[in-house]
Amino acid sequence: MRRAQRIQDLVTRELAPLHLELVDETHQHNAPPEGESHFRLLVVSDRFADHKPLARQRIINGLLAAEFATGLHALAMHTWTPAEWFDRGGLTPASPPCLGGGKAT
Amino acid sequence: MDVLERIDQQVKGNPIVIFMKGTPQFPQCGFSMRATQALKECGVPFAYVNVLQDPEIFQNLPRYAEWPTFPQIYIDGELVGGCDITLELHATGELKTLMEEAVAKAGGA
Repeated sequence: MRRAQRIQDLVTRELAPLHLELVDETHQHNAPPEGESHFRLLVVSDRFADHKPLARQRIINGLLAAEFATGLHALAMHTWTPAEWFDRGGLTPASPPCLGGGKAT
Repeated sequence: MDVLERIDQQVKGNPIVIFMKGTPQFPQCGFSMRATQALKECGVPFAYVNVLQDPEIFQNLPRYAEWPTFPQIYIDGELVGGCDITLELHATGELKTLMEEAVAKAGGA
């Protein structure tokens, strides 16, 4: 199974998100595009209600420890409660450009 | 000195420190760039450690904080988060307050 599918399955199972977006951004970085190493994850779940942002991201990092140990390199995260997500208009912020070189000019 | 002690010294010895890829002038990762941009916009001086120049810290910082990625931003000896949390705190104005409080606590201007 691909990493993207594993991440989706795990987060869905453990956090029962109202909404989940996972974007593979590996191609934007100085990394093999098939490597599934750079992702952006938006998780909207009421399980976050009792946790501060750092604790929320620690929950995700913990769930994905095996992925980090096997080549997951970057994970941009937005971890919001349903109310916070609606406050933001249901948007996903964009990732920054890679500065690691290696791009065709 | 043990590498975890060296990391601890940076974290405890600076009111604000970012462990990043590259330097604030020449960041070598988009996430490190955005995080330093937010710190700079607060107008409060901060320290940095370029993890690409220090293989030992690069390898061991994730287990120091149980945080798997870079950059890592520490204010007043505590991990604040990585790029996303730092940007969110900056958007609400909390980041500047946290930085100013940390500097004041450390006895700085």
